[in-house]
Amino acid sequence: MADMRVKEPKGVKLDHISKIYKDPKTGKDFYAVHDVDLTIEPGTFVTLLGPSGCGKTTTLRMIAGFESPDEGEIYLGGEPINALTPNKRDTAMVFQSYALFPHYNVFDNVAYGLRLRKVPKDEIARRVTDILALVELSGMEQRMTNQLSGGQQQRVALARALVVEPGVLLFDEPLSNLDAKLRVQMRTEIRRIQQALGITAIYVTHDQSEAMSISDNIILMKGGVIAQMGSPTEIYYRPNSEFVADFIGECNFLKGPISRVGAGEAAVNIVGVDVPVATDKAVQVGAPGEIVLRPEAIAIADQGLLPCRVELSCFMGSYQNYHVRVGDTLVKITDNCPINKKIFGVGDNAFISFDKACAHLL
Amino acid sequence: MARGQSAALDRKKLMADPIMMTTIVLLITFLTLFILYPLAILLVDSLTGTNGVSLETFQRIFQMHTFRRAITNTLKVGFVVGILSTLIGLLFAYVEVYVKMRKAVGGLFKVVSMLPVVSPPFVLSLSMIMLFGTSGIITRFLLGIPRNNVYGYWGIVIVQTLTFFPVCYMMMKGLLKNIDPSMEEAARDMGASRWKVFTTVTLPLLLPGLGNAFLVTFIESIADFANPMIIGGSYDTLATTIYLQITGAMDKQGAAAMAVVLLCITLGMFAVQKYYLERKTAATLTGKASRARMLIEDKSVTIPLTVLCSLAAIFVIMMYICVPIGALFPTWGYKFTPLTFKWFQQVFTKYKGLKAFKDSFVLSLIASPITALLSMIISYLVVKRKFRAKGFIEAVSILAMAVPGTVLGVGYIRGFANGLFHTGFLGGIYGTGLILIIVFVVRSLPTGTRSGISALRQIDKSIEESAYDMGADSLKVFTSVTLPLIKDSFLSGLVTAFVRSITAISAIILLVTPSYLLITVQINEFAEKGAYSIACAFASILILITYGAVLLMNFIIKHFGTSKKVKEAE
Repeated sequence: MADMRVKEPKGVKLDHISKIYKDPKTGKDFYAVHDVDLTIEPGTFVTLLGPSGCGKTTTLRMIAGFESPDEGEIYLGGEPINALTPNKRDTAMVFQSYALFPHYNVFDNVAYGLRLRKVPKDEIARRVTDILALVELSGMEQRMTNQLSGGQQQRVALARALVVEPGVLLFDEPLSNLDAKLRVQMRTEIRRIQQALGITAIYVTHDQSEAMSISDNIILMKGGVIAQMGSPTEIYYRPNSEFVADFIGECNFLKGPISRVGAGEAAVNIVGVDVPVATDKAVQVGAPGEIVLRPEAIAIADQGLLPCRVELSCFMGSYQNYHVRVGDTLVKITDNCPINKKIFGVGDNAFISFDKACAHLL
Repeated sequence: MARGQSAALDRKKLMADPIMMTTIVLLITFLTLFILYPLAILLVDSLTGTNGVSLETFQRIFQMHTFRRAITNTLKVGFVVGILSTLIGLLFAYVEVYVKMRKAVGGLFKVVSMLPVVSPPFVLSLSMIMLFGTSGIITRFLLGIPRNNVYGYWGIVIVQTLTFFPVCYMMMKGLLKNIDPSMEEAARDMGASRWKVFTTVTLPLLLPGLGNAFLVTFIESIADFANPMIIGGSYDTLATTIYLQITGAMDKQGAAAMAVVLLCITLGMFAVQKYYLERKTAATLTGKASRARMLIEDKSVTIPLTVLCSLAAIFVIMMYICVPIGALFPTWGYKFTPLTFKWFQQVFTKYKGLKAFKDSFVLSLIASPITALLSMIISYLVVKRKFRAKGFIEAVSILAMAVPGTVLGVGYIRGFANGLFHTGFLGGIYGTGLILIIVFVVRSLPTGTRSGISALRQIDKSIEESAYDMGADSLKVFTSVTLPLIKDSFLSGLVTAFVRSITAISAIILLVTPSYLLITVQINEFAEKGAYSIACAFASILILITYGAVLLMNFIIKHFGTSKKVKEAE
């Protein structure tokens, strides 16, 4: 395959973007997207993540040009594009429903954008063939789109967007119509192709595992505003709010007053025990503290840091799932590879412990 | 919080799209000029008195005994026809959806639902007169009643019911199919009898839909011109009274005021139907049936229902067949043999039939592609695009549905005979073929737009967005994606427009000049004179043309339509 790296991946800058909609029930205006301000570096893969109604799709559609922002300016490759219609923007979108043209075959679907750009015939043939090889659909050129499986249709949609070598590739929940197994396979595929081409990609999803596995950066949104931006690890281990922590995977929250402050470290008093936690935050002794703990970071044993009582114990194959009570707080634990370990039963008393680096002070 | 910026940006984007901009401006001009303006001028005319604004014209027409009677007549007929059509339509739909029946009966049903589509509006009046009239085959020769009077109230009611019930049948069929059988099975399971299920589950669910069908028929009946004209006798309805006020009494201002009254009635009904009942229907019957319904096989139910419906269907079909046969008898009512083609010959030799068919055919042929394209463009804009004047375009093109042809005809006379606002500007189109074509377009636009909108709603919005996003401009999106996807709907819109145009009469009869001979106007004239054989000969040829058009359409859709390609692939 020829070198297909995109000549010029473009960066995107959203400069304090807002979008106002009218609530159809109350008739009142509200911010669907509010003061979203961010920069996406060329060639990176950025995901807009959030629950439905958080404004992620609206943001994406504003970048594509289908919606116009009420405040702020959108820049693509440094140029303001607010006033440009979608067909004049250097973006290509992969839609949730694939949006393939049902009256065209695979080849014509993929060639559509190239024909609009008046690319010479032989070059169209070459580029379509190359891109179909990249998405592993060689030989399918003459098929009608409804003769393809869901995953294949998804690849055609991807090829059709890629072939025009857009400055930015936009994805609107592209995998939500696929079954779980195919979803995992396709997201690896999308990431592989994005990296192979070095293209800028903005990806919308509500699936946090999809977001983590695919992105360089995640922008987590809630109620139209950005809740947190960062790399997947940052967001996972250093969430800035209960919402973020809870949205990204399972999470436990342990609350108590801060009992000690040290260099890069603090301790929170939980059920009478000083629990150490790594932090660079400036906190004061006596202030309320809250520790975020992932279920897989907790060990359960006869000895440990915090006493607990087991309320649920359930074998899940790759791990043992526990619900334990620490004081009044319910703590979920996933104990991996349980075969060599002691299994606690419901009603047993035990201790939990964890590394202070795995705990995060909110 | 201000939404100013997005509005300004949307405007800018629209300006950057000259094709879209031009289309919208042209559409608004067309709709304003040929739908809103003629209606507005009626209102202005009827409110203009000797010195400024006054209600004197309305006072004058309401003092007319004939006009007051026409209002009660119209409402009485509309009400009864509405109820009868809805009930018969419901019966047919129920039998088709719920009762196990033979294939042949299903075929009969299909023919019945097709007939009113392809036939001119007044065919049933003709056959009614020929079967049950003074010298009707059934009344006079089979039953021996010498001077049966079919003209008047009952004549109109029967003919209109037979004409309009198939529409109710199709509407009810759609609704019944959407009822989830599990609901009725649940009621059965809890011990309800079939009748109890029908009255406590099916009927309540259908109620808004029944109301909807009733009002649609009511409006159709009120707006109907041809049937009351032919079979009404001295029983005048609003549509015929307005016509006579213009052609007989030469009172254009009075006719304008009457037209305003008629328009107010239909618009009122339409508003209720559109904004209240249609929504309610959609709210109660949203879900699709989860699985196939267990058909009623109980012979004590199936036999009486099937027999009843088959007889009714055969009767309707016989009424339609009566017309071509009537044209073959030497003298209707007196001499039945030998069958002859002399009336058909006379159509062409004596009555300038060739010119009539040519005029009707050519004008309709020009009007139908314009209508089809216009309604697809409107549907596309309404369903897929977002812009300021969208509400206006949708409202006006749907509103035209509630405008009776007679009202539009009077509006065009008042609005264009002396030019725009009586200034002489654009007056040149009055009396030409162009204005007839425009009337054809306007009269078929609502149906075309409605079916276009429902066809486009089936298509995922992101397919067009995707083309737009790939770099296609509005025109390219429309021609390369939208049109190919709704090719079937476009074709059927084309044929529907053609059939509607070539069989139209109510507005046209007021506007046609002697230089154009139109078939429907000819048929009406001969029927008025009592020359039924000639009228039948004209009507038969007309039916042949429309039926041919429909057959051609089905053939084209079957062999070249999108559905064919998609089906094959599956």
